[in-house]
Amino acid sequence: MLLIPCPWCGLRDEAEFHCGGESHVVRPPDPDAADDAAWAAYLFDRDNAKGVGFERWLHRHGCGRWFNVARDTVTHEIRAVYGMTDPRPETAS
Amino acid sequence: MTGFRLAAGGRIDRARPIAFRYDGSWHQGFAGDTLASALLAAGVDTVGRSFKYHRPRGIFAAGPEEPNAIVQVGPRPDLKATQVPLAEGLEATPVNCWPTARFDVGAAIGLAKRFLPAGFYYKTFKWPDWNWWEPLIRRAAGLGRVDPAATAPAGQRRHLHCEVLVIGAGPAGIAAALAAGADGRRVVLVEQDPLLGGSLLVDPGEIDGMPSDLWLRQAEAALAARPRTRILRRTTAFGCYDHGLVAAVERECIVWKIRAARVVLASGTVERPIAFQDDDRPGIMLAGAVRAYLGRWAAAAGRQLVLFTNNDDAYRTALAWAEAGLAVTAVVDARRSADGMLPEAARAAGIAVTTNAVVERAHGRSRVAGVTIRDGAGGTRRLACDTLAVSGGRDPALALFVQAGGALAWHDGLAAFVPGDGGYVAPTGAATGLSGLGSALAHGHAVGATIAGDGAPPQALDTPEGTILAMWHAGGDPARSWVDRASDVTVADVGLAAREGYVSVEHYKRYTTGGMSPDQGKSSAVLALSLLGRETKRTPTEVGTTRFRPPWDPVPIAALIGADRGPLLRPVLHLPADDRHRARGALFEEYGGWMRPACYPAPGESREDAIRREAAVVRAHAGIFDASPLGKIDVRGPDAGRFLDRMYIHRLSTLKPGRLRYSLATGENGIVVDDGVVARLGADRFLVGTTSGGAQRMAESFEEWLQCEWTDLDVFVTPVTQQWGVVNLAGPRARDLLAAAGSDIALDGTAFPHMSFRDGQVAGIPARLARVSFTGECSFEVSVPARRTAELWDALIAAAARAGIPEPSPFGVEALMTLRIEKGYLHVGADTDGTTYPADCGFADAVARRSDDFVGRRSMRREDALRAGRHQLVGLLPVGDDAALVSGAHLVATDGGSDGHVSSACWSPAVGGRIALAMVRDGRARLDEAVTVENLGRWTRARIVRPVFVDPEGARLA
Amino acid sequence: MPRSTYSALSLLRHGLTRHRTWRPAWRRPDPKPHYAAIIVGGGGHGLATAYYLAKTHGITDVAVLEKGWIGGGNTGRNTTVVRSNYYFAESGRLYDLALRLYEGLSRELDFNVMLSQRGMLMLAHSHHDMEFARRTANAIRRNGIDCDLLDRDAVARRLPLLDMSTDARFPVLGGYRQGRGGVARHDAVAWGYARAADRLGVDIVQNCEVLGFIVEAGRIVGVETTRGAIRADRVGLAVAGHSGQLAAKAGFRLPITSYALQAFVSEPVKPILDEVVLSPATGVYVSQSDKGELVIGGGLDLHPSYSQRGNLPTAENVLSGLVGMFPCFANLRLMRSWGGIVDVVPDSSPIIGPAPVYGLYLNCGWGTGGFKAIPAGGTLLAHLMATGEQHPIARPFGLERFRTGALVDEAAASGIPH
Repeated sequence: MLLIPCPWCGLRDEAEFHCGGESHVVRPPDPDAADDAAWAAYLFDRDNAKGVGFERWLHRHGCGRWFNVARDTVTHEIRAVYGMTDPRPETAS
Repeated sequence: MTGFRLAAGGRIDRARPIAFRYDGSWHQGFAGDTLASALLAAGVDTVGRSFKYHRPRGIFAAGPEEPNAIVQVGPRPDLKATQVPLAEGLEATPVNCWPTARFDVGAAIGLAKRFLPAGFYYKTFKWPDWNWWEPLIRRAAGLGRVDPAATAPAGQRRHLHCEVLVIGAGPAGIAAALAAGADGRRVVLVEQDPLLGGSLLVDPGEIDGMPSDLWLRQAEAALAARPRTRILRRTTAFGCYDHGLVAAVERECIVWKIRAARVVLASGTVERPIAFQDDDRPGIMLAGAVRAYLGRWAAAAGRQLVLFTNNDDAYRTALAWAEAGLAVTAVVDARRSADGMLPEAARAAGIAVTTNAVVERAHGRSRVAGVTIRDGAGGTRRLACDTLAVSGGRDPALALFVQAGGALAWHDGLAAFVPGDGGYVAPTGAATGLSGLGSALAHGHAVGATIAGDGAPPQALDTPEGTILAMWHAGGDPARSWVDRASDVTVADVGLAAREGYVSVEHYKRYTTGGMSPDQGKSSAVLALSLLGRETKRTPTEVGTTRFRPPWDPVPIAALIGADRGPLLRPVLHLPADDRHRARGALFEEYGGWMRPACYPAPGESREDAIRREAAVVRAHAGIFDASPLGKIDVRGPDAGRFLDRMYIHRLSTLKPGRLRYSLATGENGIVVDDGVVARLGADRFLVGTTSGGAQRMAESFEEWLQCEWTDLDVFVTPVTQQWGVVNLAGPRARDLLAAAGSDIALDGTAFPHMSFRDGQVAGIPARLARVSFTGECSFEVSVPARRTAELWDALIAAAARAGIPEPSPFGVEALMTLRIEKGYLHVGADTDGTTYPADCGFADAVARRSDDFVGRRSMRREDALRAGRHQLVGLLPVGDDAALVSGAHLVATDGGSDGHVSSACWSPAVGGRIALAMVRDGRARLDEAVTVENLGRWTRARIVRPVFVDPEGARLA
Repeated sequence: MPRSTYSALSLLRHGLTRHRTWRPAWRRPDPKPHYAAIIVGGGGHGLATAYYLAKTHGITDVAVLEKGWIGGGNTGRNTTVVRSNYYFAESGRLYDLALRLYEGLSRELDFNVMLSQRGMLMLAHSHHDMEFARRTANAIRRNGIDCDLLDRDAVARRLPLLDMSTDARFPVLGGYRQGRGGVARHDAVAWGYARAADRLGVDIVQNCEVLGFIVEAGRIVGVETTRGAIRADRVGLAVAGHSGQLAAKAGFRLPITSYALQAFVSEPVKPILDEVVLSPATGVYVSQSDKGELVIGGGLDLHPSYSQRGNLPTAENVLSGLVGMFPCFANLRLMRSWGGIVDVVPDSSPIIGPAPVYGLYLNCGWGTGGFKAIPAGGTLLAHLMATGEQHPIARPFGLERFRTGALVDEAAASGIPH
């Protein structure tokens, strides 16, 4: 059971959160200009990192805020939490 | 009848005798006994039969590692007798034998044992096929029985937080807890036994200059006196999960989830046997268990002992046996020499010690009657005994350490795995491979003291112990030498697995089923992997262990599920005016997590008839409906309109204040995910209606887009679904009824037309009114603060009588469905599924009108969304017999496949027959075509029509 | 040495020699420098692919490279359910191909995979569920696959322990049942394919991890492994949850996210449950193994994971769902749990087809349903690798569907609740 440090609420149990999947997936700024392959890549293709991955979480039963988490998908160690608009942090893996 | 109770001693209360029944016979034990100790003391040799070959088995161990004594207690199957506290009137039976454990018909299988090696079933039963043989095998397998009528006691889940969690209250654990809590830190000490003390309960010594029992009492008192130290007895830590969560179960009914800054593991060791021929006979037990029964429960396993060992520790058993005045035939020690303190003590006590010798086989059928030993020179001789204690060494109990991320390291000197690096659990005491009381106390203290406190460790002397001689199979027929008693795996089976290529320890386990029984291989795992290594010329490190996973010991399901049972299993929501519906005899059913009236059957009226009656009354007069679960999301801010434009397929920013607009929401994949009516409350404020099931999902989706993608938009989203109770009046007299209830809002159709919104009051209650209809009738949706819903409901009904109008008929969800099917109104989730684009259900034009982007729009222009042959929403009317025109029926294509399906269907009072909505391949181009509809072998002809059956012009909405 | 054919007779014969004469089920060869075909991944799908390459297409110069031990991934970590009761015709064809092959597999492989067609029953808890059950049952029958709709009484007869009270949290109104559905012994499927493929000349190389691909002129011509470089004319990938990792090494991305899926086993008890039962309300399903244990599954863990271990809340959820169906099972104890890494695709259907890189072929994305499809996955990947053409049954399942939007969305076909 993960303990997740919500940037606004502090360390809370995983049960309060919802994992929204991979973060930093860039929506084509002009969808009409994106071809089918680019659109499909945006919709579906994922890094699915083994090791440190970057994902967005919602503190569903807390502050209701979305934030980013850098988490090792093998050990489940949380390396960093950061804001939705922040860049990917450097994480030694 | 071999075992008996010593006249004195033991940690039992002889003043409190307890009668219990086992396998049909009454026996007596004492308070403090386990079922196993009481059975042993009562002289019950054969406590059960083995899983596969039905061999007679006796008690083998004294703790959770017990492989043989599996019993049924009432409705609870497969309990280990070593873990069942004796209680007055306890009735237990052995499992997997008939009629009794001593005389078991199933034992006949033993005759065929030779032809039933590990994995025999993979090699046969292929003809005629497995389905034919399986019932026979199934009947033979399984241990205890489920009582279908029995309920289980309620379990609990509780949480604990502490600085230090200590698992195991032996000397090391107690020393750790004493040190860690010395400065007032929160300490939790869990112990699976009812008594603290661990090995001290069996092997007392001297600590801090006093007898260990006295020290134990003082330590326990000291811990109990600390307000921030908590002791959980009869509590087994069974799992270490991510981020330091430790789960433990207390008295089989409370699951504790413990978060500790530090976890200390003082779990001690589990003894393992050495294999030899017929080593599974009753009377052959682990040496430590024989000693535990003697010392802890004053229960002698027999009168004449042979001890077979490869280590010093086990000599304590021979010493204790002799001290109890019982005969020791010999100690058979596999080592070349044994001259440590304990062997010398044995010799001094007059015990014959034979070194450089092994027990090769046991004699006796229903109970060991002697052993054949082979000495280093190859000579054999036979020794008489009625009890054989065997010790192949001790394995640190490290399952939790590994679950917590630790790695094991093989220690040649101990011939055991000891803790290596890693993980969040700090092992201490015997669990680290240490021996000696003084060392255990010092180590435990040190581990506790690194966390907090200081002070001196409890002092005791170590008894020096000689080295162990790694030994796995001492001799005799490997096919009759047991590795895993619980799963009936022999030394020969290990060889067979290796020979056939199942050399990975995981393959071995799966092929032989070794380690997969209720004892989980606690006393057999290292033996098995060492034998496997011997067969394949690999070291134990190379073989490795199978993966340790929770639970370490079986956990009652009743405890794990806590209160999540009955109505508290996935709790439902109730309507704010729930009692009003109950009073009117509503038939409640669950809709998307809400308990809602499906209909209100009159006495004797069927569900179906009630639905038709309610639907008809709405069309003819008026109905009243509790619509509270409909999702309501308040969306406000300068960019609210722009934002909603991006979330729905219609433009909502052009909506005028006070007006409503219906729209669909799609996901980024272009698929319809929700629908609803959006009201503009003001320049910067909207109230978004969603489906009841979509209320939370849509609000979360709004937030996700705003917080994660369009962070530049200035919008606030507030879900308000449960803040408002909603009552809908629908039907030709709806307006009159509402007027009768009294409202400050002008209700006539010109002042307050269809698809508009007003704030005001109804029956003196502040209310929001929406002219929106899911029935096709003139309809008013009245929203009031949720706690006043019942008041509104009553007022609307009472007003009818005052005005001399017949009461509006309460109608349920099912009549609403009938009414909306008659109108062809879409029901997302029924008429649509995860393949439906807006264009498929009649919204192509709305999408085409948009030139700006919205969520999902791009996906609607992919090849598959635009292809011919998509399923489109149409209506169906039966031609003749209508039996198959039911929701879920399929249209039969010319190739025999499916040409679509009936998505909604009902008997329509307005049409006077069955009608349906359907998703049909190229449906809109096939109007008037006759099609065949099939439902489970029944066939109906139907005609494709436009999906509207009542009032296509919408005249009734005004 | 006697031929290692498996039968009751051979058990008797070997029994007389105390079973010392059994030969290894498969050889342990060192990898050769070159093969006609390499399959990465020694799970059920990889081993079946090798078997069908050899058996159906006569390509026996094949190696299966497994980083650990064969069948040690999801093949040996599932709840062993087999069924073909899928909604879409495309899925029906795929999974029924698998089930039909399963039906003859023990004899074909000379290895009892213990296919037990005891029936698979999906419960319906509401009128909406019943409508959906009817829709699904009709679709399955249209696909030419056996399926019956059961009313409440019929369900009660089949499952006497089920809580049939009308005030149960999830009352039972009926369900749909595929009689040919059931369970098979998961390890035996891997071992049986391995043994049969080995006999046809396939090299099964265990403890051989693929570290990267050898690419020449834009084409994959082999793999780098912990046991050296191995070249091949074509390479098939059947590595489930690790597909994304290997795809990255080949320079492309996949629409896959890996999750942990847990399963749970109770203590063994005498026969008490003869069906595989699933409750759509909780997602919990259960069957009783031939050893007598209840084998219980449920939903995915809550976040992506590459650790083969599970989380306690998921266990609590699954077990509470179980007791909701069968109150008397609360008296049992949880004995074991485990986790597999499942490769979840947005439309819950597999990916079978050429990779974006020439010379590489994919079989992945089975998510929680890979075991039941092993014979089909093997047949279809073998067909593709042998002929260079997609088998007609595999055509809807290529990667291109994500571009065109032609998803085969089984999860979505189950409708969105109110």
